Amino acid sequence: MLLIYCPYCEAHREEEEFSYQGEAFITRPSEPDALNDEAWGDYLFFRKNPRGLHAEMWFHAAGCRRFFNALRNTVTYDFHQTCRIGESFSDNSDTHV
Amino acid sequence: MQKYSIFQLASQARRYHEHWQRVWRNPDLQPQYDVVIVGGGGHGMATAYYLAKYHPQLSIAVVEKGYLGGGNTARNTTIVRSNYLWDEAAQLYEFALQLWEGLSQELNFNTMFSQRGVLNLGHSLQDMRDIERRVNANRLNGIDGEVLSTAEVKRLAPLINDSAHIRYPILGASWQPRGGNARHDAVAWGYARGADSLGVDLFQQTEVTGMQLEHGAIAGVETTRGVIRARKVGCVTAGNSGVLAAMAGLRLPIESHPLQALVSEPIKPALDCVVMSNAVHAYISQSDKGDLVIGAGIDSYNGYGQRGSFHVVEHCLAAIVEMFPAFSRVRMNRNWGGAVDTCPDACPIIGKTPIQGLYFNCGWGTGGFKATPGSGFVFADTIAKDTPHPLAAPFSLDRFYSGALIDEHGAAGVAH
Repeated sequence: MLLIYCPYCEAHREEEEFSYQGEAFITRPSEPDALNDEAWGDYLFFRKNPRGLHAEMWFHAAGCRRFFNALRNTVTYDFHQTCRIGESFSDNSDTHV
Repeated sequence: MQKYSIFQLASQARRYHEHWQRVWRNPDLQPQYDVVIVGGGGHGMATAYYLAKYHPQLSIAVVEKGYLGGGNTARNTTIVRSNYLWDEAAQLYEFALQLWEGLSQELNFNTMFSQRGVLNLGHSLQDMRDIERRVNANRLNGIDGEVLSTAEVKRLAPLINDSAHIRYPILGASWQPRGGNARHDAVAWGYARGADSLGVDLFQQTEVTGMQLEHGAIAGVETTRGVIRARKVGCVTAGNSGVLAAMAGLRLPIESHPLQALVSEPIKPALDCVVMSNAVHAYISQSDKGDLVIGAGIDSYNGYGQRGSFHVVEHCLAAIVEMFPAFSRVRMNRNWGGAVDTCPDACPIIGKTPIQGLYFNCGWGTGGFKATPGSGFVFADTIAKDTPHPLAAPFSLDRFYSGALIDEHGAAGVAH
């Protein structure tokens, strides 16, 4: 069970309160019609899937029901940072939350 | 290769079992091979075996970062079935199932393939409609399947709770009598022994750390034991496929998730078929040793850690106990996780990449074990001929650009 720090509730909560939303910072193309198949397929399906630090989005579904971003290690599962939407991670990625 | 038989066993027994040949060699690394297979699990060893069998002129090496069959091959719940909905998937898995049926004889190695039958339970009217549709599709594809009522399910698995008043009542099931289980280690070992006897060099404790590319084509792999030059490289690395793809500058539509399983203490024979439930994310069978082998759904987050969160196991066991109240006092012995490579359409990626001579066989997600022989066969053919095998062609990487996905989510009757 992961303990996740919600940057809105400003508290650690159990993983079951959250829902995982996958890779963070994926923006829907502003003009989908202008894209070729490669670019559209890339937007829809291709993900970074790194072994190590991963920027990802979580949703506090059974809490404040707000989305936030997190920087998490996909091998140790340690959360390094979480931040509100619109904010960016601080440079010091070694901090644990 | 020393042939295994009852006579060999008797003869070795007379000599106190001290003269058995080693099952595979421990060869020296050659600087160059025609084909290097990355990943010494079931799929990788099967690929090497069929390559060596049908293309004996090729020199082949398998490199494995850990030990043979120590990844997802050792971590799955060993269920074999072919009752997939869509034609492309059904034909691929059915081809694999047919290879399973003759595998022990083919490899002269007992894979303990047991066709005890697989039940996929339905808990709602919609589940039952989906099951009827899938069974009909299976039968049109020549795959055995039946739709069973609650009473028929109860006859096959007498300990099952057939009450109509539980949270997820069992309204019926699909039944594939030819499905079942196999011994997962034996599959890796049998293929390794077969491949080794056909001249394949197998290197354990040899991790690939980089790919060598020349003029847009593969030229070799860098490993912890030095560079191996190769004309063709086939990657069969399950959860770590994305890591290997990144070494070659490629991206894959794959996300690696933890998938957990657990086994109980051994108990007397209580369940002689495989029971799976898509709706409650739980599946269970009893191994020959007597322990209950239980699989859960995947953890939601990306992870390479080969472990997952406890609430997933708790959820799964709650479902198992509701299905089989008699198992509520059985103690669990071990719980583990594997990193599964999930694809957006829950179907594998088999075939060529934009890099000449580099091939990937990945994305099997939560259901790769059952496909081991078929996956190895079609991948070997694809590598040797540099053209997708007809059964593998629909599973090209290209489908994520063309949109021709094979959406087996849920339709496969399993918790993907």
